[in-house]
Amino acid sequence: MKFSIYRYNPEQDTAPWMQDLVLDDSRIRPDMMLLDALLLLKAQDETLSFRRSCGEGVCGSDGMNINGRNGLACITPLASLGTPVTVRPLPGMPVIRDLIVDFEPFYRQYRAVSPYLINNDPVPEVERRQSPQQREQLDGLYECILCACCSTACPSFWWNPDKFLGPAALLQSARFMADSRDQATDERLAELEGPFRLFRCHTIMNCVEVCPKGLNPTRAIGRIKELMVKRSI
Amino acid sequence: MHIPNRRFDTLIIGAGGGGLRAALQLSSADAHVAVVSKVFPTRSHTVAAQGGVNAALANVRPDNWHWHMFDTVKGSDYLGDQDAIEYMCRAAPQAVYELEHFGVPFSRLDDGRIYQRQFGGQSMNFGGEQAARTCAAADRTGHAILHSLYQQNIRAKTHFFDEFFAIDLIRDAEGCLLGALVMEIASGELLLIQAKTTLLATGGAGQLFRTNTNALINTGDGMAMALRAGIPLQDMEFFQFHPTGIAGKGMLITEGARGEGGYLVNAEGARFMERYAAHAKDLASRDVVSRAIATEIREGRGCGEHRDHVLLKLDHLGTETVHKRLPAVCDMVGTFLGTDPAETPIPVAPTAHYTMGGIPTNRFAQVIIPEQQGPEEPVPGLYAAGECACVSVHGANRLGGNSLLDILVFGRAAANHIVDFLKENRYHRPLPDDAVEQGMARLARWEQKGEGESVDTLRTELALVMEENCGVFRTEEVLSAGLDKVTALAGRLADVRLRDHSAVFNTARIEALELENLMDVALATVASALQRQESRGAHSRIDYPERDDVHWLKHSLYDRTTRTVDYKPVRTKPITVNSFPPKERVY
Ligand SMILES: Cc1cc2nc3c(=O)[nH]c(=O)nc-3n(C[C@H](O)[C@H](O)[C@H](O)COP(=O)(O)OP(=O)(O)OC[C@H]3O[C@@H](n4cnc5c(N)ncnc54)[C@H](O)[C@@H]3O)c2cc1C
Ligand code: SF4
Ligand code: SF4
Ligand code: FES
Repeated sequence: MKFSIYRYNPEQDTAPWMQDLVLDDSRIRPDMMLLDALLLLKAQDETLSFRRSCGEGVCGSDGMNINGRNGLACITPLASLGTPVTVRPLPGMPVIRDLIVDFEPFYRQYRAVSPYLINNDPVPEVERRQSPQQREQLDGLYECILCACCSTACPSFWWNPDKFLGPAALLQSARFMADSRDQATDERLAELEGPFRLFRCHTIMNCVEVCPKGLNPTRAIGRIKELMVKRSI
Repeated sequence: MHIPNRRFDTLIIGAGGGGLRAALQLSSADAHVAVVSKVFPTRSHTVAAQGGVNAALANVRPDNWHWHMFDTVKGSDYLGDQDAIEYMCRAAPQAVYELEHFGVPFSRLDDGRIYQRQFGGQSMNFGGEQAARTCAAADRTGHAILHSLYQQNIRAKTHFFDEFFAIDLIRDAEGCLLGALVMEIASGELLLIQAKTTLLATGGAGQLFRTNTNALINTGDGMAMALRAGIPLQDMEFFQFHPTGIAGKGMLITEGARGEGGYLVNAEGARFMERYAAHAKDLASRDVVSRAIATEIREGRGCGEHRDHVLLKLDHLGTETVHKRLPAVCDMVGTFLGTDPAETPIPVAPTAHYTMGGIPTNRFAQVIIPEQQGPEEPVPGLYAAGECACVSVHGANRLGGNSLLDILVFGRAAANHIVDFLKENRYHRPLPDDAVEQGMARLARWEQKGEGESVDTLRTELALVMEENCGVFRTEEVLSAGLDKVTALAGRLADVRLRDHSAVFNTARIEALELENLMDVALATVASALQRQESRGAHSRIDYPERDDVHWLKHSLYDRTTRTVDYKPVRTKPITVNSFPPKERVY
């Protein structure tokens, strides 16, 4: 099976380049994921660099651009991919080396939305009550694994990475606004005012298409926009 | 070479649930804390935990901490330390309520309280009917906990060193812990972090075995660092094999699947657990279920072409329940097997899962080692919590849902003790001249160039040896062969060479350092297993099939320098209640 892989080692290369690599068909099992293939390629050439950890799509380490589409290598079946399999780092973020990007711009956006539960009431001795219906509001929001597949597929994020917060951070913001235990919706909305932070989303839906967890940041953004409108009247 | 130096009150190595729970407590107490993690915190392995965390909240069925304690002692096959177990089970409800206050999106009951499910080894009334003690956020409890803890740490402004790899601990001539030598992975640059107290929270070592449920980063680094700092490892022969890893692949199917009513069948379609655990059946303790599956397979009743697995049936529960209660399992099975568990049974087999042994600590999470003065002296300034530690609440067999509890309770206990320690120890102790020598030597060794075997070759062989020679069923013969093989591999390690010597994000170098760690932990595991001539919990010897409380009701301690195993007594005395004396273990 043929692969074309983005390579860049700042200590040696003046510019990134694409490397053609071959994995002997005898080593490929029908149920393999792309990550398995990358690990085999790394065993052949240990300089090939990428992040990975859980191997089952829950840690968010191995987001990459696979045949032009962002996804997690560990849950992308090889059989689903046309050859040569072209693998690049997530677009729009600084590349550190090979498939490893600098996540800092992405994490900064995450931190910018105060991604934590805020409740200033005295702490009760037991749990705060939340009905199953209230809890259901969090489904589709809390499961995010911060893989950055969505934000790095979003044109608005590419163009305004320092001003537009991007789908992942906005999804987090929506997660806390939707939590019946959180008391800071007003402050959260105020933080998102202005033409860029939230409103740069033009509902292009790239984010929804790539999210490996099947989450829907566009819908979450829509909900925030609704709350914003309600708040202004 | 000049190595920059940073000073903190506390250095926490590891940003899984254990490290983050401790960090939050310390940051909130205004201690100056540094958290070092080789991966971004939310990528730590705690994120993968599915089923839930145990606490006797009694939200679904009657419960109390004392019943929880009994189950944990029995589950441990009486090897657990009963003072630590009492402490943990008493602290459990508080630990879970705190999580709820931190924002964990627990599943809920109709009355708004936290949802609890049944897990294996749980009973009411000291061995009576099945209890429902496991607090769950669907089947993504670890994710929910880890993210919430990280989020609260952002709020508390904890200082993170993300993607920094800890190489070695620094200990002075008096034995005090002074911090660690760490490497920034992105740049390859070294940093010496000086700290008055250091907490190891580096997680388990599942990568010892070829097929395992663990993340690739679970390489026992903290345990090996402790060994190299002269600290023995406790009870390493007890490695948990989870009954239901996806056959041949290893991804875990949570015990919650059986808790929700799933059960196992063999090739004959028979519900075989009835024969091994008449009462608890599929919800017997993990060691019992894993041995039952392994026995079915050995006796030719396995399923599939190679008769190497059994089936986990959920299809009788209805699509609605399966999809609602176990959404992540459905996702995972869909991804890796292309089937829907609500319709098709899942092929499963016992899979390496959890390191019961680890760095010996007391219930304050202080690392304790044998000294002239007695069996247990704390190492000043050193703490350990979570899967890397052995406190020991899990003894010879951990109950499902008790590990998330362990990391929360002892992460917090460590922080509380550290706060007290800091009050009495206000100043940093002077660094010895040779502080970083050991760590630097490790790194220098990998700078050697030339021909040699690859890291990947040795790692692959090691994992295979461990699987074949230190698996579910063990004998003297198989274990001594295993010890010889691992010793030989450890010998070959000296001739392994890196091909990649670059500085920037050199993952090959990290993997080499991890392999060294795995090798030390593997030696500890096989050596301890070979010595223990009895069957207890997860350690199951065909040649010594019975538990032997007369000779073996004791903890093992493996020493790296002499490669020998010593022993210390089990703390059978709880803090306030009566001891649970060893009894025959029936489920
Ligand atoms: C698939 C799966 C499902 C599970 N489900 C459950 C469950 O439902 N209930 C339950 O109670 N338990 C469960 N467990 C067990 C439980 O999840 C773990 O035991 C627990 O999360 C371990 O937490 P920890 O904080 O000790 O370590 P981890 O979460 O593993 O974190 C270790 C940390 O140490 C860091 N680290 C390690 N080495 C170094 C180094 N050299 N330098 C710097 N940093 C380092 C890592 O980066 C990481 O941040 C499950 C385990 C698995 C594998
Ligand atoms: S919908 Fe909005 S956030 Fe998502 S990709 Fe499009 S512009 Fe970006
Ligand atoms: S929303 Fe989806 S794609 Fe975006 S970071 Fe979260 S999990 Fe990844
Ligand atoms: S390795 Fe964890 S998401 Fe792929």
